[in-house]
Amino acid sequence: MGAYGAYVWSCFVLTAIVFLICEWRARLRQRQVYRDIEVRVKVLGGRQ
Amino acid sequence: MTPRRQRMLAVGLAASGIIIATALTLEALKDNMMFFISVTDVVAGEYPADRNFRIGGLVVDGSMQRETGSMDILFRVTDLRCEMSVTYSGVLPDLFREGQGVVAHGRMDRSGMFIADRIMAKHDENYMAPEVAASLAENVNEQTADLVQGGPECDS
Amino acid sequence: MWNLLHRLASPPHFYRLAAGMIPWFAVSGLLAVAYGAYAGLFIAPPDYQQGDAFRIIYVHVPSAYLSMMAYVIMATGAGIGLIWRMKLAHAVAAAAAPLGAWFTFLALVTGSIWGRPMWGTWWEWGDPRLTSELVMLFLYFGYIALRGAIDDTAKADRASAVLALVGAVNVPIIHFSVEWWSSLHQGPTLIRKGGPAIDSAMLYPLLAMILGFTLLFGALLLRRVRTEVLYRERRTKWVREMILSTPGNNL
Repeated sequence: MGAYGAYVWSCFVLTAIVFLICEWRARLRQRQVYRDIEVRVKVLGGRQ
Repeated sequence: MTPRRQRMLAVGLAASGIIIATALTLEALKDNMMFFISVTDVVAGEYPADRNFRIGGLVVDGSMQRETGSMDILFRVTDLRCEMSVTYSGVLPDLFREGQGVVAHGRMDRSGMFIADRIMAKHDENYMAPEVAASLAENVNEQTADLVQGGPECDS
Repeated sequence: MWNLLHRLASPPHFYRLAAGMIPWFAVSGLLAVAYGAYAGLFIAPPDYQQGDAFRIIYVHVPSAYLSMMAYVIMATGAGIGLIWRMKLAHAVAAAAAPLGAWFTFLALVTGSIWGRPMWGTWWEWGDPRLTSELVMLFLYFGYIALRGAIDDTAKADRASAVLALVGAVNVPIIHFSVEWWSSLHQGPTLIRKGGPAIDSAMLYPLLAMILGFTLLFGALLLRRVRTEVLYRERRTKWVREMILSTPGNNL
């Protein structure tokens, strides 16, 4: 890759990190929303 | 008219209003929105005298002179109609070479020399392997249109 | 036709259908990206002018394309939601925004890293391509902030949809900026008169990357839309029944 290796690799690594962040954030939010509803339905018996 | 039709009309009208307003604004700002000024315009004196600006063009083949042991360089820039001289002192981008597109930031001095404080290289949209480029005709370096002026010859 | 569309767009149906689609999008996307990244980094020849630095194209162009694609999806969802009062369309728009913002960020940063060695600058203020892409990042931020500021989902949908539609005018400006004005950025390589101006050995990995990014984006978007739908339907019978019929935690 020669003199440009650092530029090229940092772009590829950054891209991978952004994809991982997107996946992680999407899963985190999904879990939160599901949990909130689950607690309301199962623990509080759906009142509220 | 059904409510849905009404909403469709409202969205459509608003969208066309925005498009027209944007088009008019862009048209009005066209001259101020030029990222760089062509060599022809600079030679004709159409440049801001009191502030820095950018020029764009091609580095003229064989025009580059460098003082040995110094960072100072002198070269000529063309838009295939007019030519002008540029001086610069500093590190050049890797893609800077003769025949290649260049954008220079700086100001004009009184003698008509452009004193650049920053030099940027502009490449074209073609990508190919070195062997392919070598085997093609010499004019492989097809430049993007905005560096080149049409028309016959330079006035000044 | 309308019946089928309505059934597909019904929240419980979409919720189930999307769950089955996500793994397919993710796996095929990963395969395409694996091929594209390997071939782009190790098989494609270096460029005759830029050498190995041109390989940044394999992440920069797909990110830039997705940043605009996400905006088109967001604005389309907003428009359909406004006119037809379709809840799923608003959910799609809301889900696309954060992803679009991330890919805009990625396009800006990888472009900057590419510009440093090639152009000789990280960033040029006033360049039309760079500026219009940055404007899009702020449009995404504005959209997300506006949604966050309004508690009522229906009101947030309508207000943010207007912003999304107004900002859509920026998308063609980004694409044509390099043709309308002078710019440091070169013209389009792929979408141009006379076909792509790139060697096929360089082109195929790039197309694979664009396809792979799109599929992975699809997987991310579907997951986010599912979450959006679940949240919006949290008080409905089908969500209640689904959760009660699921033992423990099925995530």
